[in-house]
This record gives sequence, structure tokens and C-alpha cells, in this order.
Amino acid sequence: MNTLEKDVIVADRLTKSFGAFTAVDRICFSVAGGEIFGFLGANGAGKTTAMRMLCGLSKPTSGSAQVAGFDIARQPEQVKRNIGYMSQKFSLYEDLRVWENICLFAGIYGVKEKEIRRKTTETLDRLGLARERNTLVKDLPLGWKQKLAFSVAVFHEPRIVFLDEPTGGVDPITRRQFWELIREAAERGITIFVTTHYMDEAEYCNRVSIMVDGRIAALDTPLSLRASFRAQNMDEVFRRLARKATRE
Amino acid sequence: MEKRCDITGAPPAVVCRSIHKSYKGVKALTNLSLEISKGELFGLIGPDGSGKTTLFRILTSLIPADSGTAEVAGWDVVRDYRQLRTQMGYMPGRFSLYPDLTVAENLQFFATVFNTTVAENYHLIREVFQQLEPFKNRRAGKLSGGMKQKLALSCALIHKPAVLFLDEPTTGVDPVSRKEFWEMLRRLKNEGISILVSTPYMDEANRCDRIALMQHGEILSVETPAQMRAQFPKKIYRLEVDRRFGWLEMLRKAPEVESAFLFGEALHVVFRSDADALAFRTNAPALAFTEIRPEIEDCFIYLMNKTEK
Repeated sequence: MNTLEKDVIVADRLTKSFGAFTAVDRICFSVAGGEIFGFLGANGAGKTTAMRMLCGLSKPTSGSAQVAGFDIARQPEQVKRNIGYMSQKFSLYEDLRVWENICLFAGIYGVKEKEIRRKTTETLDRLGLARERNTLVKDLPLGWKQKLAFSVAVFHEPRIVFLDEPTGGVDPITRRQFWELIREAAERGITIFVTTHYMDEAEYCNRVSIMVDGRIAALDTPLSLRASFRAQNMDEVFRRLARKATRE
Repeated sequence: MEKRCDITGAPPAVVCRSIHKSYKGVKALTNLSLEISKGELFGLIGPDGSGKTTLFRILTSLIPADSGTAEVAGWDVVRDYRQLRTQMGYMPGRFSLYPDLTVAENLQFFATVFNTTVAENYHLIREVFQQLEPFKNRRAGKLSGGMKQKLALSCALIHKPAVLFLDEPTTGVDPVSRKEFWEMLRRLKNEGISILVSTPYMDEANRCDRIALMQHGEILSVETPAQMRAQFPKKIYRLEVDRRFGWLEMLRKAPEVESAFLFGEALHVVFRSDADALAFRTNAPALAFTEIRPEIEDCFIYLMNKTEK
């Protein structure tokens, strides 16, 4: 395998400035196919800005990035077609039923109708949501909503799925079930790019990057990060790095 | 208007008696009773949909209970709602300040509504607000998540409430800011402010004087964090291994294992009995199990699963 096939995300000195403020400052990293990549950082460190660029939603000020083989600045539409995205704030339509949400998103991504029908049943069975097929999404508990949102985000089998704080506010049991879904998707070959404020979840990633003031301050496996910072857990690693931040 | 007082003459921060609340036939709270002392830092934990926000809304006089009574700082939440509202601060789960007003204008507005000035109680919010100072002319809607949270707390505190209600104030907040936030709650408690706070983070539950665990609109237990951890009925083992997802699957299939969960860099395992633990460990001597003191998160998972079955 050459590097182009292997790495599904490659960022090279990717930068985004708003006036005099550099939100993302020349970040370089790559993510391999099928990897679970944790993208950590304090509030305001630049994670969301970086993620929006990688999803083709905003253009870099300088530097470049390839996502699923496409250039994020020149081919944003192809980027969008090859990724899935879910955030804590928005991922499903509250006033649509469970099956309507699946149909809508799968349709947008061009999944065939027959395939949608087959996979909808399969997905709902897998999530234990078969009885909620006709329920309005707003009536589902947050944990179920998040699991459904994830399944919708990977329904079209994208090469990469971007997850922006998918487990924020979710209870400990549901969080763990959510990570099992992530794991299964990664085993099917879907690359996972995930942000979280739960440091135990950083441990479930293959590799983790930690952003401080717009730059990547550390990037390695959780095990190596713990070893090099002589820390008991990722929480300690994070605190030591984030404390050096000078901005919010 | 009579106020109910405790032995010291001060009314408890919160008293709920047999509260029931349903929405369109769906039960949100069932026969909920609770008492929180003055000056207590009290935590509410429970999964989404367990009724935490409904309880906040009843205690802050925003919605009435179907039956039962509640008092906050000695004021009945229905009858004395006007007095109550001057005595409480509320930070709802959803950002609810005025996005078109600046940081400074929002704070000023809340101070004015409560008949006070920003200067009068500035000492309460100094630490938080200092970090907002450089952005005081920015519109609230344009703030980052962490800063919105700091502004919301400042606005809830500016009239020096006796009781502070915080509905998931740290959801979406990074670990360093969370720690700072809780250090500040401690200091507010030391100023005599009673605090009821809900959180999905179990490490935060540890920092409360007492915690109530809620599920399906009921309170399952009210204890100090230490009591809760001491009452975990079984031995719990920590297992540090590589490829934890694989081990997790294997352990769950083993007949000796009652439960196995991921805990960051380790797994936490509970066996069906001490004999099972011994048998399993004898058969797998290479696995380094260490008996540990249960964490709040272990207790939460255990109680949730128990009542779910």
C-alpha cells in the first residue's frame, strides 16, 4: 500500500485565520484508513474550525488537506460525498420520524431505495430501536438519539466519519454502547475522526492528537502519550498540555 | 407568610414532598421527596430523560407540579414564587441569555432586573468574569461554548442568590475548565450559597457533599459519594490489558463474570461470587487483576443495570 491509499486524511500546514486571529495554526497530521483518531483540545483550541475545514465546509487561509483523496479547498463537494458527519448539537431532524430521518439522509447521499429499506430494518434491529421506527426523533432519549445519529452518519458507508463531541451529556452506560458502535464501524474499515471531552474515551482511540492554541501539541497512541508524560491516565496528559494554553 | 426553618433557624435550601409530574400522560416525576440543607453542594445524576430538568423547572417556579409541594429557601415554589425568584439563580441546560446583547449588557440586564448593580456583587463573579473581560463588548451569541457557560454563571450569580440551580453546567466543557468550574462552586458554597447541580460526569459527582441518583422520574438513592462507594455490594477488579475491546468480549462470555466495562486505560470486572473470582483468576494467571475501591461511575452503572432488570 502506498501512502496515498493508506492515509485517508492528510493535513499539511493547514491554517485558518479570522482577521488577526489564527484559529488553526499550520497543523500537520495524517490519519490511516480504518483508524480511530481522537482529536482533543480545550474549548477554543481550534478543533471545530479544523474539523469544518476537513469536512469541506470552510476554506483554509493557507496550507492544504486531502480527505478521502480529495483536496478540501478545490473539491469540497467530493469531500462531502465521501464522509459522514454528526455533532452533539445537530444531526437529526427532531420533527421527523426515526425511519424518515434515515430515508432522508440516505437519500441525500444517493443510497438506492431498495438498499435503504433493507438496511433500515437491519440498523434499527441492531440498535434495539425496531419498535421506535415511527417515533418522532424529538421523543427519543438523548442516548438513543445519539446512537441513531451515528448509524445515520455511517449509513452510506462513507470512508470517514467525523464525530463532534458525540457523547456530550450522555450517561455512562450509553457512552460505552456508543463506543462499541464506533469500534464496529472502524472494523468495517470506516475511519473515525472524533472529538470528546471524556478523557477515558481518548483511551479507546488508536491515536490521539491534543490541540493547544491552534497547534497540535502532541500526537501519539494513548499508551505512548501516557508514557512520555509519565501520567497515570489521559486526563493527566491533557491537563499538563492544556494548562500551557494562553488563549481561550 | 411563614417560613419553615431547621434547628439553626435557617430554612433548608430545598424541600420536596411527594412531587408528581406528567406530560401528556407520560410520567416525568413520581412521588419525589428530597431535602437539601442550607449551604450544601448537592449533585443530581441520572441518565437523560430521568426527570432532572423537570425537577429544576419545578424548583425554579417555571412549571407547577401536578401534586406535592416544594420549598426553596423556605419559600413555597407556587405560592411565594415572587419572593423565591429574587432568592435563586438558575442556569438552564440550554444557553438562554440574549444573543444580541453584548457580554456586559447581559450582565447589566440581569443585575438591573434583580434591583442590584454589577458592582455590588462583583466579588462573587470576579474570577469567572475576569476571563470574559477581554470579550465584554462581544455579542453573547458569538461566544465560544466555554465562554457562554461562564457568562451564564455570572448572570445567575449577580444578585447573590441563596440557592443556585445549575442544570448540566459543564456538558461540552473541557477537563481543565471543568476543574476550574468546580473549584469555583466550592468557593461559592463557602460563601454560604446552596447549590443543586446536575451532571453527566461521574468524577464531578465525587466533588459534591451528597448526590441523588435519578432514574425514570424517581430518586434511587441519596448518599455522600463515600457512602455510595462503600455500599457497592461486590468486589471489583481492575484489569490493565492491551486490546481491551477483545478482552471485554471474552470476559462477558465467561460464566464467572457478572459484568465487565471499559474504564479508559483499564477494564473493571465484577465476578458472580468470590469463588468465581478465584477460579477465574487461577485459570488465567497471566491477567493482572487488582482489587480496587469502586468509583462513582461503577456504582452508577451497577444501580442503573439493577433497576433496569
